[in-house]
Amino acid sequence: MILRDVKEILEAEVLVGEAWLEREIWYACGSDLLSDVLAFAKEHALLLTGLTNAQVVRTAEMIDLLGIVFVRGKKPEHTTVELAALKQIPLLSTRLPMYESCGRLYLKGLRGCSEWTPHA
Amino acid sequence: MPEERPLIEMEREIAGGDFQRAGDVSSELKNILQRAGFPPDFNRRVVIASYEAEMNVVIHAYRGVFRAKIYSDRVHVEIDDQGPGIPDLELAFQEGYSTAPPHIREMGFGAGYGLSNMKKCSDSLVIDTRVQEGTRVIMDFFLSLLKS
Repeated sequence: MILRDVKEILEAEVLVGEAWLEREIWYACGSDLLSDVLAFAKEHALLLTGLTNAQVVRTAEMIDLLGIVFVRGKKPEHTTVELAALKQIPLLSTRLPMYESCGRLYLKGLRGCSEWTPHA
Repeated sequence: MPEERPLIEMEREIAGGDFQRAGDVSSELKNILQRAGFPPDFNRRVVIASYEAEMNVVIHAYRGVFRAKIYSDRVHVEIDDQGPGIPDLELAFQEGYSTAPPHIREMGFGAGYGLSNMKKCSDSLVIDTRVQEGTRVIMDFFLSLLKS
């Protein structure tokens, strides 16, 4: 699916990156532990998280995540949004909690990072 | 045999406690590796290990120096910090063990997986640490070794 689908499925607000919503997402992971994200996220992945600090965007930058969804209506500080704009990482915010957010996306066919296969 | 000269050398300061700039150094290294044309999978493990090491300096130390030497077929990274050191290195390598304070954990770091991530991503990891003085982390990454 593309990021625009994610936005619709999660009824999410785009905080930055309206222009990058055509990006194709292959996998997603939901985590509030950044070392886990670094260790397990795969390419073309989306991150769902309750963390909103700048290090989330940094982590996304390091491993080329295609976007970040903040759950439970959380929104980062302006400096974090600015950093995301600079690094071209789209940020979305949904009022749904983590479990429902992941569940909705999974039901629509978005796989988890542990289901990664080469050349998906 | 004379020592091979690196194609690119990089040296940057890391400020302890500066969470706004934490990641700048690893980000710069990532850009250099990309421009140098290394494959994405290789860059990914260099960058993950470097970022974890950089975060360790920001979280635990007063200051540090990050040095990277980029050769045609390998990358050598050294991070020297002035800080508390690691009293029990074996314990520090245990997944889930951490001495990071609560405010670091709230940021999503300090869960005790940094060192194991560094070990998994690098082909060689050497840590030299002295309590109350500081820690030196030396990591090597070889292009010919395929790690998943």
